[in-house]
Amino acid sequence: MTLPPCYVPLDDEDAPFEPTRRGFLIGSAVVTASAFVAPLLSEEVKPVRDANATKFALNVNGKTRELELDPRTTLLDALREHLDLTGAKKGCDQGACGACTVLVDGRRVNSCLTLAVMHSGKKIVTIEGLASNGALHPVQAAFVKHDGFQCGYCTPGQVCSAVALIREGHTKSDDEIREWMSGNICRCGAYVNIVEAVKEAARNATV
Amino acid sequence: MRPFDYARASNEAAAVKSGAMAGTKFIAGGTNLVDLMKNEVEQPVHVVDINGLGMNRIERRIEGTGGGVRIGALVRMSDAAAHPEIAGNFPAIAQALLLSASPQLRNAASLGGNLMQRTRCPYFRELTWTPCNKREPGSGCSAKDGDNRMQAILGTSEACIATHPSDFAVALAALDGVLTIRGARGERQVAATDFHLLPGKTPHLEHDLKAGELITSIYIPDAPHARRSAYLKVRDRSSYEFALTSAAVGLDVSGGVIRSARVAMGGVGTKPWRSRDAESALAGKAASEATFRAAADAAMRDAKGQGHNDFKIELGKRTLVRALTDLAGGAA
Repeated sequence: MTLPPCYVPLDDEDAPFEPTRRGFLIGSAVVTASAFVAPLLSEEVKPVRDANATKFALNVNGKTRELELDPRTTLLDALREHLDLTGAKKGCDQGACGACTVLVDGRRVNSCLTLAVMHSGKKIVTIEGLASNGALHPVQAAFVKHDGFQCGYCTPGQVCSAVALIREGHTKSDDEIREWMSGNICRCGAYVNIVEAVKEAARNATV
Repeated sequence: MRPFDYARASNEAAAVKSGAMAGTKFIAGGTNLVDLMKNEVEQPVHVVDINGLGMNRIERRIEGTGGGVRIGALVRMSDAAAHPEIAGNFPAIAQALLLSASPQLRNAASLGGNLMQRTRCPYFRELTWTPCNKREPGSGCSAKDGDNRMQAILGTSEACIATHPSDFAVALAALDGVLTIRGARGERQVAATDFHLLPGKTPHLEHDLKAGELITSIYIPDAPHARRSAYLKVRDRSSYEFALTSAAVGLDVSGGVIRSARVAMGGVGTKPWRSRDAESALAGKAASEATFRAAADAAMRDAKGQGHNDFKIELGKRTLVRALTDLAGGAA
């Protein structure tokens, strides 16, 4: 049976292309917009480089990425809008939800409340950088096993936070896990399963 | 966010010099500043990154007549809370830090920045709402006749009733912390209790820093009431929330009698609220429930509810009684 391209299974490595949701959305947007805007862009409206842009490099998931950004760009926006790393999510954009949590030099931080330009020379790890050689990170695997999510929006932040939490060693009891995961809000209320996932990943990490 | 120039300071002198330019803000963790820049409550023209200045050590020191701990202003909240020197000798400080914000925010936020954080008053934080004397002097206070449940009951004025949000600053005020401030003409020391200002008619003036000045370190002196100290925070949810009421308390008790006491309260004041009246009510008295209640009454004697936050007066008293009772070693 031949499936239309948009139904290519995500886990099929021989797939002709990866129809990721974001790729699809970007593609659609460009196609839609270009029909109306292209003539303008070519003649009158030329993309202007931001006068205040500054050049710097970020080390993200082990790779050095060169950027030229307005210093107003938060680390979260740099990752999502300029490096195509859309795993870290913009939930509240004011440090109240934790969906944007990433690791900076091994420490979990809210990437929405810090400027990207402040992080050149530091090692940033996002949810995209946790799996290795095609295998899920043990915390990711534990979240899948224990169903530690419903809609999944907060999950990248939860997982990054849990990875750091286990390293910090704040996993001695359910209450301790709850307290030290309290910077990550889950509006679906998957907390019970998140605690189970963190507990199992912590147990395996110390074995 | 309004456009700004970004620069990194490589030494304190350069930071202080650039900090004196009009429209300059220092940035360390950024957890408060970046947030307020996004909604344009803060509109710096220059942002000077001070993270390269060091100022990140925690050291035991002998200063003046005794010992204490000197903490660099760039030490992160999480690192200060976990440091054995602070957790062991100044438990109220460590507890106040750990009851603040979230692990992610504590990893980023510096102690100096914590003292400089601005109120969470919703009328201050939201430009498109109504007037705010703190944000725009002379424009009026929307909180007085608005939703004032989270606002202050002590130290308020006609112009402003905004609560100071820091937990750490409350513990620091209780334990006689001293800030070292560097300016163009050198260093000076300011008691933590003198650093934050009452709103009066000028609520936009919040602290004792002149243009360009930088908090470089924080000193906390050893004392029996510092070693036996605690921080209790009461809030709408059990974690990751600002205080409704909180109490930093320290007791030196000998033979059931209180030799010296320290009391400061959070969530209730327009600045971190050291209560010397409560301390006087405790000193020399038996460590009993009656004494603690008298101290709580003294702490709240001048409290004035705004309507929605009237409950804070009784809640503040109970918070203080419980903090003292727990610290004294059980049910009074």
